[in-house]
Amino acid sequence: MFDIIIIGAGPAGLTAAIYARRAEKTVLVLEAKSYGGQIINTPDIENYPVCPHISGFDFATGLYEQTKALGAEFVFEKAVDIINGEKIKEVVTEKGKYQGKTIIIATGSENRKLGVDGEDRLIGRGISYCATCDGAFYRKKTVAVVGGGNTALEDALYLSDIAEKVYLIHRRDTFRGEEATIKRLKEKTNVEFVLNSTVTSLNAEKRLTSIEVKDKDGKVTQLFVNGLFVAVGRIPETQNFGKTVNLDESGYVVAGENCITNADGIFVAGDNRVKSVRQLVTATADGAIAATEAVKYINQF
Amino acid sequence: MAVIKVGKENFESEVLNSEKPVLVDFNANWCGPCKMLKPILDEVAEERSDVKIVSINIDDEDELAEDYSVYSIPCLVLFKNGAEAKRSVGLIPKAEVENFINE
Repeated sequence: MFDIIIIGAGPAGLTAAIYARRAEKTVLVLEAKSYGGQIINTPDIENYPVCPHISGFDFATGLYEQTKALGAEFVFEKAVDIINGEKIKEVVTEKGKYQGKTIIIATGSENRKLGVDGEDRLIGRGISYCATCDGAFYRKKTVAVVGGGNTALEDALYLSDIAEKVYLIHRRDTFRGEEATIKRLKEKTNVEFVLNSTVTSLNAEKRLTSIEVKDKDGKVTQLFVNGLFVAVGRIPETQNFGKTVNLDESGYVVAGENCITNADGIFVAGDNRVKSVRQLVTATADGAIAATEAVKYINQF
Repeated sequence: MAVIKVGKENFESEVLNSEKPVLVDFNANWCGPCKMLKPILDEVAEERSDVKIVSINIDDEDELAEDYSVYSIPCLVLFKNGAEAKRSVGLIPKAEVENFINE
């Protein structure tokens, strides 16, 4: 049995592992994919204290090495359930079961999909969820970005310097993102706003060739695009834990800054917690807090 | 067997004319998930002799990327008898790489 089982090896989970190991607790980290979480997609992190520039890959790898050197164990299996016993808790994965005194859920979030037919099939064939990752493939091409938040606005701005033309499609006529970014976008001659509109269909042969958008009056327009960048938000990866801990209506685990959930001995850290700022620095902060709370809990065990 | 770096000049001989199935990894130096995938592919390449694994840097080999409609990386394409059999886009864990080759 482990003192602490951490589900998720992103910045929150790995930081929790560092704090837990330094408190001399035994730690198992379970991860469905590979260490690092979504930060590995970021080419250059510029807002983490003391690191004016570091790639997401270097950040994640450094954090992983640090955690391993401190003696955390890693198992790469997807957690599918928690059995919340009073003294012994179990995390069920696709392959096995692991027992712990406490659990920290640090599973992060994933890209929300558009939900239009053919979307999955066209990932990598014109559909992308990461402009900074895939933008370079669309040099001098026509692309569309769909979404109304900061990510969509920043993606459109980023792509406007690469692509010939960028459509920015949003279902409302006002954006949730920063005013400064909107202003810069409006100054771009190759960005066209397609407002009060939703993407209703994806047309493709071998790859995406055009999309159809429908405006609020029901008028359908066909846009010829080589790429569609989907930036309609993220969804917390908490589907498997809803019966163990309280989730809010969007699926985020309900807990305050102390990372303590409603379930005794189960903590939450990172982007999957209810919070207003989801940044690298808030994820690592959560990791430190959740681990410290877990250690406190164990010491009263 | 180690992962072989492939470009336009040896794509035909190493991939299209290969007797064994070939797993082609389209990647770039600036791509984080590609760097995460690399050690996984190195391991699989060392462990298996029934498949050849090759790496193509899309910045050096933009024509190959274009020819095979690669628009997101990392992108794994499995070639059998000189033709694309299937592809997978994005970082996947080792077990899924193995399933991708096996199925």
